[in-house]
Amino acid sequence: MATKKFMYLNRRSSFGTVYAIESLEVVLIAAAFEQDVSLAFIDDGVYQIVEGQNADGIGMKNFSKTFHALGDYDINKLYVSAESLEERGLNVDDLMPLAYEDEDDDWAEKPSIKVVSNAQLSKIMSEQDVCLSF
Amino acid sequence: MKISIQINEGPYQHQASDTAYQFAKAAIEKGHEIFRVFFYHDGVNNASRFTLPPQDDRNVVNQWAELGIKNVDGEPELVVCIAAALRRGMLDESEASKNGIDGNNIHPAFRISGLGQLIEAGIQSDRLVVFGD
Amino acid sequence: MLHTVNKSSFERNSLKSCLNTIDNTSVILLIEDGVISAAKNTNSPMIADLAAQGRVYALQGDVEARGISSKLADNIKLVDYAGFVDLVVEHGTTVSWV
Repeated sequence: MATKKFMYLNRRSSFGTVYAIESLEVVLIAAAFEQDVSLAFIDDGVYQIVEGQNADGIGMKNFSKTFHALGDYDINKLYVSAESLEERGLNVDDLMPLAYEDEDDDWAEKPSIKVVSNAQLSKIMSEQDVCLSF
Repeated sequence: MKISIQINEGPYQHQASDTAYQFAKAAIEKGHEIFRVFFYHDGVNNASRFTLPPQDDRNVVNQWAELGIKNVDGEPELVVCIAAALRRGMLDESEASKNGIDGNNIHPAFRISGLGQLIEAGIQSDRLVVFGD
Repeated sequence: MLHTVNKSSFERNSLKSCLNTIDNTSVILLIEDGVISAAKNTNSPMIADLAAQGRVYALQGDVEARGISSKLADNIKLVDYAGFVDLVVEHGTTVSWV
C-alpha cells in the first residue's frame, strides 16, 4: 500500500468538546496503517498536551496519558505552534515530556514534541497529502 | 478524481452536513467519484433513519441516501464510525442485537464500520475534504 | 493547497490561524459563516493583500444566504459548489480550519 503523509490538525483543548479525544482515537488507529503521521497542535490544541491535566473533578476520562503511548506506535512528529504557546503564556516545559526511541540511532530516547514557528508549520503543512481536522 | 469526505457534525445543528452534501452532489455531477463519506463525532447522527423534519424543510438524511454513494460491490460508502455511533446511541441491527437493545436506527443507505475506513479513504482517494464545526 | 475557513473572523480565530500558516501559493475559500470575512468590514484588511493576488474565494450560496452579495470586500472571487470542487481538484491537499 502506498505511503501518504497524514497530518492531524488539533486546535481545541481536551475536555470542552469531544474533538480532542476522538482525534487521538483516529491517530491510534492510523498507526496500524504504516503511513507517515504528523500531529499539529495549534491554538487551544496546545492544551491537549499540557502536563498535569487532572479530570477527577469533572467526572470525565483523563486521556492525556495516552499521548505517552504514541512513541511506541512510531508516531513521533508532534508539531506545536510556538506562537500559540506564547500567546497562552506557555512554553515547552509546560508540555508533557513525550518521547520515542529512535531505532536508527541505537534506540536513543528523543523528544516527540517539536516547537515550530509559523513559517516552519507552513512548510510542513504544504508537504502533506491528507489533512484531517478536529 | 476520487474524492472522500469527513463530516464532523450532525444534521440541522450545523451547516457542515449541508455543505458537504452540496459539495458531493456537485462533484458527482462533474464526473468525479465520491469514494467514501465518513461520518465522525456528532456527524454519526446524519445516519438516523428516524429523522423527521417538517415538510417544508430538507431531509438531510434522505438527501445523503439519495446520492446513492456505493462501492463496486454495491455496499454503501456512507460510513458511520462505530465507536462514535455506539457512544451516541446510533445502532444498526447487528450492534443492537449484540448489545441486547430492542431497536436500531441506522438508515439502510449507510453502514457502520471502524475508524480504519477513514484512514483507508485518505490513502485510496486523491483528495479528502473535512467538513465540521 | 486549498484552505477552507467556515467561521466568522468576529467569532473565532480560524481565519487568523489560517493566515498565520498559509504559504505563498495556497488559496483560501470562505464557506458557511466564513463568508462574513468576505464582506467589507473592519476585518477586511486581514485578507486584502491575498485577495488582491486573486487568492481569496467565497462560496456564492453562503454569501447570498447571508445577504452580503452587495457588500463584498474588493477582489473576492465567488464560486458555486462546482467551483468549490474545481478548487479542491486544482489545489492539492485541502486544509479545513474547522
